[in-house]
Amino acid sequence: MTYIPKPKIAHPSLPRNELGLTRRDYEGSLSTLCAGCGHDSITAAIIEASWGISLRPENLVKLSGIGCSSKTTAYFVGGAHGFNSVHGRMPSIAMGANAANRDLYYIGISGDGDSLSIGLGQFCHAIRRNTDMLYIIENNGVYGLTKGQFSASADIGTKAKKGEVNQQPPIDPVLLAMNLGAGFVARSFSGDKAQLVPLIQAGLEYPGFALIDVLSPCVTFNDHEGSTKSYQYTREHYEPAVAADYVPFQREIKTDYGAGEAVPVMLHDGSRVLLRKLTEGYDPTDAHAAYDSVQQHIARGEYLTGLLHCRSTTDTEFHALNRSPDQPLNGVPFGKLVPGAKALEKVLARYR
Amino acid sequence: MAVTDTSHPDYFHKVVDCQWACPAHTDVPEYIRLIAQGRFTDAYLVNRRSNVFPGILGRVCDRPCEPACRRGRVEEKPVAICRLKRVAADHKDEFRDRLPPIPTQKNGKKIACIGAGCASLTVANDLMPLGYEVTIFEQFAIAGGLMRTNIPSFRLPGPVIDEEVAAIVDMGVDLRLGHRIESMRKLLEEEGFDAVFVGSGAPKGKELNLPGRQEGAANIHIGITWLESIAFEHVKSVGETVLIIGVGNTAMDCCRSSLRLGAKSVKVMARKPRQFFKASEWELEDAEAESVEIVINRSPKCFVIEGGKLKGMLFDVMEYEVDAQGRITGERVTAEEFLPADDVILAIGQENAFPWIERDLGIEFDKWEVPKVDAVTHESTRPGVFFGGDAAFGPKNIIWSVEHGHQAAISIHQYCQGKPASERMAPGVNLQSRKMGMHEWSYNNDYSGIERRLVPHVSLKERFKNIDIEVELGFTAEQVVAEVQRCLNCDVQTVFDAKLCIECDACIDICPVDCLTMTPDGVEADLRTRLKAPATNVTQALYVSEPLKHTGRVMVKDEDVCVHCGLCAERCPTAAWDMQKSWVKWPHAIDQEVAR
Repeated sequence: MTYIPKPKIAHPSLPRNELGLTRRDYEGSLSTLCAGCGHDSITAAIIEASWGISLRPENLVKLSGIGCSSKTTAYFVGGAHGFNSVHGRMPSIAMGANAANRDLYYIGISGDGDSLSIGLGQFCHAIRRNTDMLYIIENNGVYGLTKGQFSASADIGTKAKKGEVNQQPPIDPVLLAMNLGAGFVARSFSGDKAQLVPLIQAGLEYPGFALIDVLSPCVTFNDHEGSTKSYQYTREHYEPAVAADYVPFQREIKTDYGAGEAVPVMLHDGSRVLLRKLTEGYDPTDAHAAYDSVQQHIARGEYLTGLLHCRSTTDTEFHALNRSPDQPLNGVPFGKLVPGAKALEKVLARYR
Repeated sequence: MAVTDTSHPDYFHKVVDCQWACPAHTDVPEYIRLIAQGRFTDAYLVNRRSNVFPGILGRVCDRPCEPACRRGRVEEKPVAICRLKRVAADHKDEFRDRLPPIPTQKNGKKIACIGAGCASLTVANDLMPLGYEVTIFEQFAIAGGLMRTNIPSFRLPGPVIDEEVAAIVDMGVDLRLGHRIESMRKLLEEEGFDAVFVGSGAPKGKELNLPGRQEGAANIHIGITWLESIAFEHVKSVGETVLIIGVGNTAMDCCRSSLRLGAKSVKVMARKPRQFFKASEWELEDAEAESVEIVINRSPKCFVIEGGKLKGMLFDVMEYEVDAQGRITGERVTAEEFLPADDVILAIGQENAFPWIERDLGIEFDKWEVPKVDAVTHESTRPGVFFGGDAAFGPKNIIWSVEHGHQAAISIHQYCQGKPASERMAPGVNLQSRKMGMHEWSYNNDYSGIERRLVPHVSLKERFKNIDIEVELGFTAEQVVAEVQRCLNCDVQTVFDAKLCIECDACIDICPVDCLTMTPDGVEADLRTRLKAPATNVTQALYVSEPLKHTGRVMVKDEDVCVHCGLCAERCPTAAWDMQKSWVKWPHAIDQEVAR
């Protein structure tokens, strides 16, 4: 962290988006995380991504649970709505909020502890229900807030700062999400904004549950030799498989990729996610092949990154499946929303 | 790109834009911090080391530092550097006991300085502590040169000059007032000086030979001579309607002096549009605030004389064609205009003049009668004769003259020790960390969004009562407190150690002005376009690190709009960034002596 907030002064040539806002307008309050924390870079990527797609700050809902990662919702898009929930319970809150108002963008920030230990059940069911949200796991393999114990994502053989070796197998959120049928599964790295920013943009626009597992080194407790989630290890074992570019509805695809390399996946409003294969023979639209490939890389101790699996799940999205009305609840007239005691009598009479 | 060599004395010096722009390389941020701490005498001495006359320059400096000030690039107005200098001078305590001691045992070398202006006084200031015996010859009965005679006392009061001149003269300088040098030959051959420094200024005002000039002579005045006559109280009044020809800083002093001598209507006549004016913007503002009218596109044609007396002037009304680069590509006369005048003052420039230097002494002059002087050593073509100030290269300003004095003093010292003047100590730079604790720096790193303070002026009602009333009052205590916080501490440098960097992006994310980028290396032109914010100011070098150890990329910093908030260093988990104060060592004669 720093002791003074980022000064309000900005570069004179700072560009403005379609709303006339600069990147600085998407910042939040002063981060209190350790200096060099990967989470702060992810925060910066979210700021960049939100600015880039001209997201209206008031149309964004930020949700989180407990942990270092969950603090970060305070550090971006200060003009957005926010809810800091009980440990591991963020998906329920997101589900409820999304059920009540489907017009907003939902971004859930969680960590490996919040999602893979205490909140594992909630995480799985959010995927199962295909909640329309972007779910970011800031994954560092340790419980940073309680001084560096192994988390459920710690790899076998990774060393803690004081030398203990982890022997329990990890839960991999990417494999888990693919297993549960998620339609948008990505992995990235806090140190690679060129990859991460378009992924966040695509994930925000994706109609359904979008997961990005972001390797985010804990600079204080997990950035030493022997750790498999340090800056250095991640960089050395990092293989981008698929790059994703979000292409808004209005914009033409400018193909500077060779034919056959770029695969568009249509989103609900005619916008597209353009997938560019970086690894020969990798097909991100084939869930089984993608699953195998991710697993093989894990076995080799490598991180396969990018938009690893993407397919349209519009028909199984929560609202579509439940045929819920288009109108958010806050737009339904009070009389209709709360029809009163007489209406309740009528309903109850049906069961008598 | 090549890895930036930050040990080169110019690299960090250029980042301190004000110091780099100052001819005398005054350590501006350092003295502003001292003022912030209430250490006015210390601030004065930091100034005095470089510019010798902080009280004078704090009022009338041309301030090349202010247009250069980085603050003017991140927001509208630069720091009021010049006015803060005056604060140090106005509030200092006794300082003379902290100047270098003057040896009682002299070194046996005698130096003559011609003209008691800022250049000669600087030479004396630099050489007296080394044991030289310095004699200054001055034609007038008072020292100060053009500072005394050409700058009106409502801008620069006499006592301010007195104090700073006395600080030098009291070192034991043999000041011979009322002693005009009429023959260089006599001085060189009969007086026995080991070296001669010519600091006689540019005392000759330019003439405008148009029809009627001779007939109207009684009411047509040469600007700098006229100002001199006012300074010595030979001139005490002027007509009601005055025209000033020319629009440089002398013209501004002439028009404002006219108002104080009784003129009711004063017009400054400019040949060209405003963007071509030579006067400093603030001097124009001050004149206009006093209801002086500046008339553009008027080219003088002739003086109109009736009955042997000046009635006014005839002007051609001009029109100019200006190209996209702002250059004049064509001009034509569209009309003629008569403007009445009781007095006309010519302020169209000045030049140096050496009728007293015989042309057979080995001191060569070029075809414009300007002496041939080495730009670095200030040596003339005759060994032992040096030129500085306006006398050397034509009219510049006080701060340039001071620097000439410093450089000439080094040469004179070398010459008197029998060494070539070209053997000069090189500039250097020292860096010192400003880190005190986890997030503590020994400078105020937070950015203050306060706007530039305006110096209070004596009211328009009061100021014309007497020509000696200083118009500018100087900052109030509250204004000082605010203005010092506007300085960006550009001398507290961001210093990067590539070996320590873990490429976590923390510095890049926190930088408020997008100065930093980690990117694959490339040639400069390409690299400048690939940064987080494009680096368009090519005069400011890029800071390029060695390859980083994880990815082989380089860290690139565009220094152009860095606000030196130190957040990159605060956010850095490995202290790869540090904030370090750069001390630019700009050698003077005393340093050359110490290094010996």
